[in-house]
Parts: sequence; C-alpha cells; structure tokens
Amino acid sequence: MYRSHVLVCGGTGCTSSNSQKIIEAMEAEIKAKGLEKEVQVIRTGCFGLCALGPIMIVYPEGCFYSEVKVEDVPEIVEEHLLKGRMVKRLLYEETVTPEEIKGLNDTDFYKKQKRIALRNCGVINPEDINEYIAYDGYQALAKCLTEYTPEQVIQIVKDSGLRGRGGGGFSTGLKWSFTAANQADQKYVVCNADEGDPGAFMDRSVLEGDPHCIIEAMAICGYATGATEGYIYVRAEYPIAVARLQIAINQAKQLGLLGKNIFDSGFDFDLHVKLGAGAFVCGEETALMTSIEGNRGEPRPRPPYPAVKGLFGKPTTENNVETFANIPTIIREGAEYFASMGTEKSKGTKVFALGGKIKNTGLVEIPMGTTLREIIEEIGGGIPGGKKFKAAQTGGPSGGCIPAHLMDTPIDYDNLTAIGCMMGSGGLIVMDEDNCMVDIAKFFLDFTVDESCGKCTPCRVGTKRLREMLDKITDGNATLEDLDKLEELCNYIKDNSLCGLGQTAPNPVLATLKFFRDEYIAHVVDKKCPAGVCKNLLSYSIVEDKCKGCTACARKCPVNAISGSVKQPHVIDTAKCIKCGACVETCKFNAIIKK
Amino acid sequence: MLKKISKIPFTDTPEQSAKLDAVIAECTGDVSMLMHVMQEAQEIYGYLPFEVQQKIADGMKVPLEKVYGVATFYAQFALSPKGKYSISVCLGTACYVKGAQEILDELSAQLGIDAEECTADGKYSLTACRCIGACGLAPVITVNDDVYGKITAADVKGILAKYQ
Repeated sequence: MYRSHVLVCGGTGCTSSNSQKIIEAMEAEIKAKGLEKEVQVIRTGCFGLCALGPIMIVYPEGCFYSEVKVEDVPEIVEEHLLKGRMVKRLLYEETVTPEEIKGLNDTDFYKKQKRIALRNCGVINPEDINEYIAYDGYQALAKCLTEYTPEQVIQIVKDSGLRGRGGGGFSTGLKWSFTAANQADQKYVVCNADEGDPGAFMDRSVLEGDPHCIIEAMAICGYATGATEGYIYVRAEYPIAVARLQIAINQAKQLGLLGKNIFDSGFDFDLHVKLGAGAFVCGEETALMTSIEGNRGEPRPRPPYPAVKGLFGKPTTENNVETFANIPTIIREGAEYFASMGTEKSKGTKVFALGGKIKNTGLVEIPMGTTLREIIEEIGGGIPGGKKFKAAQTGGPSGGCIPAHLMDTPIDYDNLTAIGCMMGSGGLIVMDEDNCMVDIAKFFLDFTVDESCGKCTPCRVGTKRLREMLDKITDGNATLEDLDKLEELCNYIKDNSLCGLGQTAPNPVLATLKFFRDEYIAHVVDKKCPAGVCKNLLSYSIVEDKCKGCTACARKCPVNAISGSVKQPHVIDTAKCIKCGACVETCKFNAIIKK
Repeated sequence: MLKKISKIPFTDTPEQSAKLDAVIAECTGDVSMLMHVMQEAQEIYGYLPFEVQQKIADGMKVPLEKVYGVATFYAQFALSPKGKYSISVCLGTACYVKGAQEILDELSAQLGIDAEECTADGKYSLTACRCIGACGLAPVITVNDDVYGKITAADVKGILAKYQ
C-alpha cells in the first residue's frame, strides 16, 4: 500500500512539454528522500486540460498542479509529499479560492463534463492491465460471454441508442446486426483509429489513456457479430498510442482475455495492429480496408457494404475508437443508463477536442445536447485576449462552421446536420474576429485537394477548381457571378463523388457562404478582407500624425517602398509594397496600419 | 499528394541492406504486409529511394509500380532524404488558426528552402505536416524529436540556433 499517488499525464500534449522528464525527476527525488515505499508515481493518459500541461495530480488530496517544470519537482516532494503542505503557486488557479482548495470536478472545465469514453483517461496507468481490471475492466466481456447470446448483446447496443462517433452517426447496433446476419467462414472487426481530421485528437487520447477498453469492446463486437479476428488501423503518427496498444494486446493475451477459448466460453478472438501512413481518405471505411490489404487506400463503391463484403472480401464490422470506447460501459451499466443521457435521437456523450482561439484547449466529454455556448464560454473559458467569437468549425474538412447567432443550438447529430454542419469526429476549432472565413474555407480545401485520392473525377478535379475559385476571390479578381458558380460547383461535387471525402469536401465552403456571405462579398465587391488576413487585398499606409520620421521602417523595407526625409512623415508606395508587414513590426509609434 | 523526388545519389551500407533483407524475408508472400515493409525500410534508410523500392518489389513479388503507387499515396513515405535536423511544422487546423503558416514562411526564409526540401549541405529539411495531435500547444513545430509549442515567427531564429 502506498500512502500517496502521484499521477503525471503521459498524453501527447504533456509528453511534448516534457512530462517524461518530470516523471523521471520525480522518481529520483522520491528515492533520494527514501519515500519509494510510500509514494507511487504513475504515468497516466490524457487529463484533457492540455492547455495547462504538463499536469500532475497528487492523491489522496486530489490536488491539481498545472504547468509543472522539472525544477519544481524537489519543491513538490519536499513540501507536499514530505511535509504535507500543498505547493500553492503551482495549483491550477481555478481550484484556488481565498477560502479553500476546490476539487477538480468543481472547476468550470470539468463541472459539466460526463466521462464515459474517457472514464479511465488520466485515472489509470494504461500500461498495466491490472489497473484496468480494478476499474471494472473486462467485466463487460465476461458478462457477454457468460450471460448473453450474441443477439442479446446486439439488442443492448441497439437499445442504448449509440450512434457511430466517427462522423456518420449510423446506429452501431444496427451495423453489428447486418454483419451478424451474414454467414461466412471468416468475419472481421475493424477499429478505425486513423484520426485524420486536423485538430481532432480524442481517439488518440483514448488509445493512449485506456487501450484496454478498445480491446474489450472489439472482442465484444466479435462475439456479437461472429468474428474471430480484429484489426486496429492506427496512424503511424501516433507512436505512443501504437506502443501502448501493443503492450495492452500482449497483456490481454497473457491473461487469456484474447486468444483461444476466452473465459472458457469457446469464443476465440485475436487482434492485430496495422499502421496507417498518413492518408485522410483512409478514415473512410472501404478505403481503410483497402489500405489494410496493402494497397493505395482508395475507397470502393458501396454496395456491397462491408457487412457483406469487407476486409479481404469477408463480412466486416468497422467502428471508430470512440464508438468502441462506449461499449463496455453500455454492457456493464445497461442500455437504459446510456440512453438516459443526451437528446431524443442522440444518446450518450460526445468527446470534443477544443482548439484554436480558446482558453482551455484540450479534450472534453459532454452529454449530447449541451450547447455550443456552454462548451465555449463555460467549459472552454472563453476566447483569450478579449476578442470576439466569430465561428466554431466542427467536423474538420468535412464539416461546417457554426456562427455566433446559433451558439445556443443544443449539439447533437441532427441539429448539426440541420444547420449544414456535421458532428464529424469531434474536432471543435474556435475562430475569432481575426480569422477570415474565406481563408479558412481555402485552408480546408487545400487539405482536401491534397488528400483526394484521385479515383473519381468530381472530387479530384472539382476540389481543385473550387480551390482556384477561392484563390480568385482572395486575390480580388472575382465577380459576384463567381459566388453563384462556386455554390453550383459545390453542390455538383457533393452529389457526384464516390465516397464521403468528396461528398463532404465542399461543406466548409457552403457553410461559410451561408453564414458569412458578407465576408465573401467584401472580398469580391469592395476588394477588402475584413479580418486583414488575405494578403493580396491588404494595403499598408502610414498615419501622418503618428509618424515621427524616424526612418526605421524605410530602412527595414526590403523593396524600398517607403520614402520620406528625416523627421518628416513617410509614405508607402503601394505599387512597390510586397505586403510583408516588416514595417509594422519595426514601427515603435504604431503609425503603420494595414486594412 | 505531390512528392519531391531526390536527385541525391543513393548509398547503402551492408548493415542497412541486411536489415531490409530480414524484414522482407519475414513478410514475403503476404501482400497485406507491403506497407509494413515500406515503413520498416523508411526507418532503415530515412526515405524510400528507387533502388529500395525496386528491392522491396522484387522481394515481395509485386510490380514496382505497385510499390511506387503506395509510396506516393501516403504522406508518411518520403522520396527524398531528410536532413540531419528534420523540421516539421504542424499545419493542422488548430495550429493554422494560430499562425502556423507564418512560422512555416519564416523557417522557409531563414533556411532558404521550401517545404518538402532539404538544404544542399544535408543539414536541415523542412516539412509541412498534418496534425500531430498536440493541439493544446498550438502552434507546434518539431525538430527531430524535440517539440516546440506555443511559438511565434519571432522564436524561429532562436530555435534554429540550437541546431548548428
């Protein structure tokens, strides 16, 4: 027994800011003080509040240290672990009030969260199967194999109302039942961990923080659908996740939780890890299977659906990481428990990766039906620097943006689709008044142009043409007629592309056109970029009253576009100016403005 | 995805060659292991020159165009070598809205190379990469295994100075 546990986040965010060194220093320091039998240091998965990493929690007090540095370690050991006095200056400021130290779950960031998919992230050591088992791990699998028939398992998943968390929102129970209905000598379960949506990292956190729950869920799915083999297709860019998955699989095999005759039930299940190599289209289920087979990851036309003819031509069930992460809880606690959360048609919780212009960047899991306002203003802590909220992008390059006037929409699958967005995998990027919406649309198209696999023409050529039309707009060469053409082409690509990538690629353009048409019009008619982002529409000028004639800008200008004599106001020759912005940075008197 | 193909001549050591042979021997006959072999080969050589692709094609008994097709399809596979210091700028959405493009431009200007290029002395290479999932630290760049988060274009010079 240890009297104290020190949990240090080993998620990607905190590892990037050196949490591994902190763990090593902590262990060394504890040993130096002779506390190694009393205090245990545990490397956990992601706590969610990545903005304040590296994060450390000390139990039993449950005190939350944020932005810890290696230099702080001796003080924590000496003061807290030896003398029992919390190091106040390192506590997360939200937990400190003049009267008391608040619990983590009472802070704005955690208060409204409900953790199901992330329930073990930041709580257990992901590299130790015993910790997972201590937290009810593999109970759900045991229950399925010993108490339920496969049909009953599928019925429970159906009743829970769980829908695919990868973006599509298709009923998980129904999907399983399709595969179960097909007879074959071999069936497969595939876990889609190819999280390609830029700005989304919830799957990565589940894999890093709680890999066993995915293994357990896949085995349950195998039992329900009649599959004996599974593949986890994970991005090679996630080395920590890959390593922990492999450790978890080996441990499960050692304990007989994977392999032959699990729990003496006669059910066999084996798992393989396959590494992706960075192709966004592989998030599409048929493309992913093509990639596992060793090919270019190009999608296949459906039908036949994977439930009939999937991986290696056999019936296959494919679900996303977060979908699987919900399964053990559904089986353990029952369908009613899960269905009691959320809205009428979207049950349970959803994990969002908050990013962009928001104070508390990180991972949050909230019940379906929470409004965007609650997520951004309460949980996310609002927008830094007193800037004004402009829009939030959901669904990444396949989704759309939610403007300020729709902030009170309860977030679920159907409401988001109704306003022209989509749930997507759960990236939620916040944009403020400094972001140009045309530029954002262009950014996402850049991405899809690059990631289009090239198999079908509407997507391969269409997205490229869209991109060129947007260039024309941000260069100031477009006419109002071009906006109509833009919309027409968007709809054409949506209707005619082979797979989800192409069918959703125009969404960012359509959504910004719908909600921020005035910005497009400003680019087209006034030839101005209201946010001051699109370079070719900017012009720099010097305010005469403010200019002291110090000549600093003229000396700095790389193209000699600024002229004027000493102590006299200077002027910028806009014909020569290349809009590099060097003069603005140089001017000490804020005399140069761009608009 | 557009790939830049290296013009630097390919060199091979007996150790590298033996390692690749061993990987191929383990997987030959199973086409679904092709990507795995290519990932291992890239680990050994740092990139996938034509000579290596040819060797994989022969060993796995698949046509060279299949190997080349897979190599050009996936972002992870590089057809030109990485520099001694490989710099990646994350262009994921979270980083982009926080100014990653400016950082890439600054690096490009400081090093005198474009993204996906390597300096002539083989010292630095520059990549614009996909989201690395450290969005809480946006904008993020990595130099080999070191991660730099929450940086601005002004920090670029200081970071490069550490890698001489």
